[in-house]
Amino acid sequence: MKNKLSHLAIPYVIWMALFVVAPIIMVVIYAFSSADGGFTLANFGKIGTYAVVFGRSFKLAIIATVICLAIGYPVSYMMSKEGPRFQRIAMVLIMLPMWMNFLLRTYSWMSILENNGLLNQLFQKIGLIALYNNIFGTDLQFFRMMNTQGAVVLGMVYNYLPFMILPIYSVIVKLDNSLIEAARDLGANSMNVFRRVILPLSLPGVLSGITMVFVPSVSTFAISKMLGGGTEILLGDLIEQQFLGGAYNPYLGSAISLVMMVIVVICMVVMNRFGEGEEQAVML
Amino acid sequence: MNKNNSFVNRLFMVLVFVFLYAPILLLIIFSFNAGSSNTIWKGFSLDWYQKLLHDRLIIQSVYTTILVSLLATVISTFAGTFAAIGFYAMRRRTREPLMTVNNIPMMNADIVTGVSLCLFFVAFFSQWSSFASWVNGIQSFFVLPTRLTLGFGTLLIAHITFNIPYVILSVSPKLRQMDKNLVDAAMDLGCTWMQAFWKVILPEIKPGIVSGALTAFTMSIDDFVISYFTAGTSSTLAMTIYGMTKKRVTPEINAVSTLLFVTVLILLAIINIREVRQERRRIVEQNRI
Repeated sequence: MKNKLSHLAIPYVIWMALFVVAPIIMVVIYAFSSADGGFTLANFGKIGTYAVVFGRSFKLAIIATVICLAIGYPVSYMMSKEGPRFQRIAMVLIMLPMWMNFLLRTYSWMSILENNGLLNQLFQKIGLIALYNNIFGTDLQFFRMMNTQGAVVLGMVYNYLPFMILPIYSVIVKLDNSLIEAARDLGANSMNVFRRVILPLSLPGVLSGITMVFVPSVSTFAISKMLGGGTEILLGDLIEQQFLGGAYNPYLGSAISLVMMVIVVICMVVMNRFGEGEEQAVML
Repeated sequence: MNKNNSFVNRLFMVLVFVFLYAPILLLIIFSFNAGSSNTIWKGFSLDWYQKLLHDRLIIQSVYTTILVSLLATVISTFAGTFAAIGFYAMRRRTREPLMTVNNIPMMNADIVTGVSLCLFFVAFFSQWSSFASWVNGIQSFFVLPTRLTLGFGTLLIAHITFNIPYVILSVSPKLRQMDKNLVDAAMDLGCTWMQAFWKVILPEIKPGIVSGALTAFTMSIDDFVISYFTAGTSSTLAMTIYGMTKKRVTPEINAVSTLLFVTVLILLAIINIREVRQERRRIVEQNRI
């Protein structure tokens, strides 16, 4: 009977071959082709000229990931210590923003960070800007927050923080309580319990959280365009420009995409080495 | 871990939630603004809701978004559940490479998935066009359309493709938790394998299917990047907003956001209240036994 049941997967296997495997093969073919269809490595040579963009993307994505981890780990840990009712509501509250498209949320940040936006209005009211002018002898009317790298990082942290909290939380909440009790019985203080028991056991969740924040951060293009004002081009913007933007060149775009896939594969390999990624990978 | 949190810890959590919800709250507040600014409050009005009703572009894109998300969720929940059962019944050696391929759309950067599908569709369309004109040339019973373009169909295919892995991911663990002998027992007692599926497997994995469907819907609603590369002529709400941010965003967007948020809030509240009630009933029944 088992073999009969396994036939149920056949339609999906065909679907995957068509819409997962074939498209990736297309990207690989395009990455190694020139406009006239011949084989070439020139596309990868051209990537070198965009080293700045690569550097910037990695820098911003790493900063955003570190901030997400710094906020997300304590939040998940604290959540797991609360009662079941609170945990349930907190989980819903963390997932809820995702049901509003991330573009809507990013758009809201635009009006907060603007030069005459809400945050600057607030700073004006409480006299922060006057204070700053007094101390540094400047003559600012507002703090420039839009169209900076800081704004882009903020957008990444805001949008991807739930992706850090959820996997870490789902691992911590399943930790065997008797292990912690055992550690305490054997004389470990709170610090040691955390460092030697909880932290190592929650590592799979942390790693999956890091991947889930880093990958979309390094490849985003809408956030950088909306909050960075198009001046801080990231890898995602670069790819988008090659396909739908002015600099139409799908061959170069495919080459950059291929590089990005390699980055993701490296992330996956690292993750799989630390634990069975499947279960913890995404438990929303 | 029964020790409760200190005040400082609670405060930290509250701050994080404020951070998550402040922008959403702002959108909601300014949807009732009389002025057209998103930063200056000019008094209460419902103007933007009224204008929204007459904005064909936004209404159409909301419709597209909801339609594609619902269709993709239903189709991928069905397909994903069957696929998960199929994978479960496979030998480990066959299953593992397939699961790796299944994980690709989840792990890959959205933009790469979008771009690869875009390339694939465009290449397929150009092949199709020559195939269709060849078919049309050799017979005259029916006429195949020669020019296909990116549109709702490709958008739906893309959404199904990135949704199914999430369904499989939440159904598979439930299958593994299931007692394997149950299926064999059902078959020994004369069930066909279809009956075994309906009467034994399905009730066991139902929670996984529900959470898979919920995740799929969340992913569809939240997606922008993959839609952006595959939607072609049709436009989701996110794409419409993205197009607007280049010029000027109308506050009608605030009104749409508010309506969406309230709908989602009510839906989630209903789901949660139902779950809590079911749990309570289960506890009561267990006590009775």
